[in-house]
Amino acid sequence: MFNLVRETVVSYAFIERNFNLVKRYLSWEILFFSYSIVNALTIGLIMVGRGSSQDVLYLVLGALIWGFLSIMMREVSDAITWERWEGTIEYTFMAPIYRITHLVGSCLFAILYGLLRTGLVLAIMPFFFGEHIDLGNANWLTMSVTVLISSLSFIGIGLMAAIFPLLSPEKGQAATGIIQSVLLLVSGIYYEIEVLPEWLQPISKVSPATYTLRSIRASVLDNASIESQMGNLLLLFVIGVLLIPFGFWVFHLGEKYAKRVGRLKRSG
Amino acid sequence: MEQPIYGLAVRGVRKHFYRNKRTNDKQRIHQKIRQILKPEKEIVRAVNDISLEVNIGEIYGILGANGSGKSTLIRLISTLLTPDAGSIQVFGDDVVTDSLKVRRVMNRVSVEASFFKRLSSAENLIYAARLYGIPAAAAERKAKQILERLGFDADRMNEEMEHLSRGMQQKVAVARALLTAPMLLLLDEPTTGLDPKSKRDVQAFIEEIRQERNAVILLTTHDMVEAERLCDKIAIIDEGKFIAEGTVAELIANTPSQNGTPATLEDVFIALTGKAITEEA
Repeated sequence: MFNLVRETVVSYAFIERNFNLVKRYLSWEILFFSYSIVNALTIGLIMVGRGSSQDVLYLVLGALIWGFLSIMMREVSDAITWERWEGTIEYTFMAPIYRITHLVGSCLFAILYGLLRTGLVLAIMPFFFGEHIDLGNANWLTMSVTVLISSLSFIGIGLMAAIFPLLSPEKGQAATGIIQSVLLLVSGIYYEIEVLPEWLQPISKVSPATYTLRSIRASVLDNASIESQMGNLLLLFVIGVLLIPFGFWVFHLGEKYAKRVGRLKRSG
Repeated sequence: MEQPIYGLAVRGVRKHFYRNKRTNDKQRIHQKIRQILKPEKEIVRAVNDISLEVNIGEIYGILGANGSGKSTLIRLISTLLTPDAGSIQVFGDDVVTDSLKVRRVMNRVSVEASFFKRLSSAENLIYAARLYGIPAAAAERKAKQILERLGFDADRMNEEMEHLSRGMQQKVAVARALLTAPMLLLLDEPTTGLDPKSKRDVQAFIEEIRQERNAVILLTTHDMVEAERLCDKIAIIDEGKFIAEGTVAELIANTPSQNGTPATLEDVFIALTGKAITEEA
């Protein structure tokens, strides 16, 4: 029988393991962190001297939020890829835990890690942009609530994307990258979705990133309250609530297939 | 009539895979392109109608060349593969329908000590133990005891795995399996590639486990001496099928002696399979 307390405790194994890996690969982490800073700076600097401080912040927010959502989406899938490379996936799958425990543990790590990394990059931005960005008008509560609610949808997408590395570590990473780039294109990360060709716009309407960006920009640029963003937040919540069980189901199908055709083994 | 409950009961299990057809014929360019775009598949019967029963407290050995189906059988028992046909029961529970229950009482050591190479052995073991609901402190204490018994210097538990020798990594793999006190221990070539000292340490430890507790141990190996020393019963597997089963004495007794000298287990293996144990199947 499912024992919630036991499974919650067990899911901590994945959080602890992943933070241990972050610690052991610290030089890579510094590299990724530097890349995130450079990426946000490069994009934000496009608008310095051309637009208002609001315009600069518009782009910087796009870079930061996209960075956070990418972590949400990739982390579960990357954890599976990593386990496939190391060959430990068989031991994880042999352990007497529910798959939901395994995946929830990976998702919780993704949220914590994503918040930490994006928060640090955000904190550093004013040092580079000076008066070109102004965070004084931000409604941090609305922003935090939006980030948390949108995490649900991206975890759902991440769970679905995780079946790709489960079936093939090499091709799986590429497939995850394709999903990510489609979302980047259609979700209005650096532009309003209205500039997209008309035939692409319906896709942007089903992308949770579109609503995430809208609400976060409204909260940081216009001090929007939670009430004013309720429509977007509700929509994000519904997408998340639908995508998470769907993601688990897709992963379950992938696992069943992998066990049928023998895709879990590394060799031997 | 009700069947007795075995520690492990495998009945008529089959597993096949498809792989790209291998050909030594010279192919024309259009055949090569077709082979890339739509590769012709051939069926590989990795496990072909295998049955075995292992009683509690027994060590059951499976001898076979590379690619003979030993590891596939272990993966089927470990719930990592689903059988095409037949059934596998661990202490009466089915590996497909009662998978979670089976996984609670089972653990495995594979030929490759699969770990997060940049984590230390302590970190890897604590992670593995947590998945079985064992708290970190208890896991560390127990791991230390097991590793010391295996001749592993416990002071090196905080070193990254990639800095440890293959023998040491394999000892950590044995510790990972034993931390959870499994009732069914699947040892898939646990001593392959180990130096003689590490091999002896691991073999001695397997004997200790047998004496200390009533676990069921399934051991696959290439090593005839190891099989003879450790196993109560041995099956010889070739191309996915068991071609002989019995105690060492029974297997030897059924093989004619050569040049007047008594047959060895290796003679039995060669006589039955027509190949040397290290030969690729």
